[in-house]
Amino acid sequence: MTVAATPAPSPATAGEQSGVRLARSRRNAELYLLLLAMVLVAAYGATVEANLLDTVTSDFWMPAAALGAVFLGLHLVIRFLAPFADPALLPAVALLNGLGVGFLRRIDLGDAPVAERESLAVFAGQGGRQLAWTLGAVILAAGLLAIMRDHRSISRYAYTLGLAGIVLVMIPAVLPSSISEINGAKLWVRVGSFSIQPGEFAKLALLVFFAYYLVRKREVLSLASRRFLGIDFPRGRDLGPVVGVWLISVLVLVFEKDLGTSLLYFGMFVVTLYIATERVSWLLIGLVLFFGGAYLAYVLGSTVGGPFANFYVRAEIWLDPFADPTNKGYQLVQGLLALGTGGLFGAGPGGGQPEILPEVQNDFIFAGIGEEIGLFGLSALLVVYLLIVERGLRAALAVRDSFGKLLAGGLAFTLGLQVFVIVGGISKLIPLTGQTTPFLSAGGSSLMANWLLIAVLLRVSDGARRPVTGGGGGKAARPSGGPPEQLHGAPTEVIKP
Amino acid sequence: MPELVITVARFGFLILLWIFVFTVVGVIRRDLFAGARSGRLVAAPRAVGASTGQAAKPAKVKRGRAAHQLVVTAGQLAGTKITLGEAQITIGRAEDSTLVITDDYASARHARLVPREGQWYVEDLGSTNGTYLDRAKVSGPTPVPLGVPIRIGRTSLELRP
Repeated sequence: MTVAATPAPSPATAGEQSGVRLARSRRNAELYLLLLAMVLVAAYGATVEANLLDTVTSDFWMPAAALGAVFLGLHLVIRFLAPFADPALLPAVALLNGLGVGFLRRIDLGDAPVAERESLAVFAGQGGRQLAWTLGAVILAAGLLAIMRDHRSISRYAYTLGLAGIVLVMIPAVLPSSISEINGAKLWVRVGSFSIQPGEFAKLALLVFFAYYLVRKREVLSLASRRFLGIDFPRGRDLGPVVGVWLISVLVLVFEKDLGTSLLYFGMFVVTLYIATERVSWLLIGLVLFFGGAYLAYVLGSTVGGPFANFYVRAEIWLDPFADPTNKGYQLVQGLLALGTGGLFGAGPGGGQPEILPEVQNDFIFAGIGEEIGLFGLSALLVVYLLIVERGLRAALAVRDSFGKLLAGGLAFTLGLQVFVIVGGISKLIPLTGQTTPFLSAGGSSLMANWLLIAVLLRVSDGARRPVTGGGGGKAARPSGGPPEQLHGAPTEVIKP
Repeated sequence: MPELVITVARFGFLILLWIFVFTVVGVIRRDLFAGARSGRLVAAPRAVGASTGQAAKPAKVKRGRAAHQLVVTAGQLAGTKITLGEAQITIGRAEDSTLVITDDYASARHARLVPREGQWYVEDLGSTNGTYLDRAKVSGPTPVPLGVPIRIGRTSLELRP
């Protein structure tokens, strides 16, 4: 891979030369990376057309150009509103989002009869809808960047957001199944042909609340403890909040019949707790509680049934998908076969048969893409996810205030956990659950929520990397960074120890 | 479409994908590297008395810093390291401090470290038991040389490069 690494420095060098300030803010590097990402999306579109249409139409570049224009707009917003934000976040997310749009268009092309494929409008079908959702999501992200000039300002609405988050989580659970249930999981609110997934937004709201709550409580949670087996365990009465969140996530599991969402909420809380207290015991307690709960649900599902039955069925499919390959295990088996068919280098974009896979535009998009780009390409996509998460954690390390640390760390981890839950699900590492693949899957709720998440990460990383002293470009945008007050001759008295 | 073109496109796309990944890694790496370089630029004049030396410093090192770490050398938090950026570091028992110390002799808002023009200054924030730079009591903003202990109660801190 040294061959691929060689051209790497060239785009960044140009950014470095255009002055000290730009080299620090790294906005030009971001722009070049963004252009490279869009070139990739266009190349993907061209390869798909070459495979499916046997020719490359003259407007293959149009989805990439439209996406490029949208992301360029966000880039400009970042340039003015968050000039010191991390340069790698936007291009990496843009690439995933662009490939998602490209793959959805590829499904549209594959579904159309061969004769009509060439005349299929560029902005039609699922691909076109996803493009429109991207536009909406990016506008939302830009709006959040514009409203939230300092990430600490959202801590003021922590309790409101916490309440809103719980309400959003509960809405699908209390609604009748006819409105909220799709494929066995009650995660949706359907109005006509339009459906939203409130849980995606609840994730963000709850995390803001967790971060705020733990900043307030962290001393109690980390100081008062008993030592057992070389690990500091918290006192019984301090276990209240973690048990409360565990109960909520079990209720989600029972009433919304979705292990993934439940795992996501619980993991989010435990990891923020760990970041706040630096106590490994919280991770152990969390893992034991979660696996205990999941096992209990499995046992109850096999004996009692009822609300646990769905989970039991999914776990059974996971344990042996080939027991019933044409019915229950069909989706997972087809996903595994798709990944297997892809092999190392894949069948080439447009060369696979994603239309066989049920839900290939949502849950199984990773398997669908995997069939065409192979292990080699999938690992590149996973590394892109990894880089996004790494930049988020990096921002968390660099930012000064504890609220920002918890917020950015928690958000980055949540994104990573969601990728783990769905990719683990389709590759049969864990029981399959209906999570969306961030930025790739079709659907507005997931796209919007994840872009909002990225906007928060951009804001925190801007706060972390912004030089406080020495003016620069950022001074005007930050009212809180005023001049340090003079404390000459402040009264101090000495007590000799 | 000839088979060759499709094969080239298929592998070309994969290679381009990895080129993208490595370019992003390159940007991130340069990002880290840029910080280290600016640090080396200002680390040289550390022997010069900071208060007299800073006026002569060229403007380009304005935002740089000589010290990269704040290390707690004694007290309950001994061993803790804080990587210094461009933001001030507040020290005290208050939970919103950058360095929260649980020292009986420390005040809620005890002292702070402020970077100015590449030099870190320690300021006492009206603490009960005072802040000491080596043996001398800190009354106003005082430049902190590298390796000189700042004493707060039973806690002792040092700037390290």
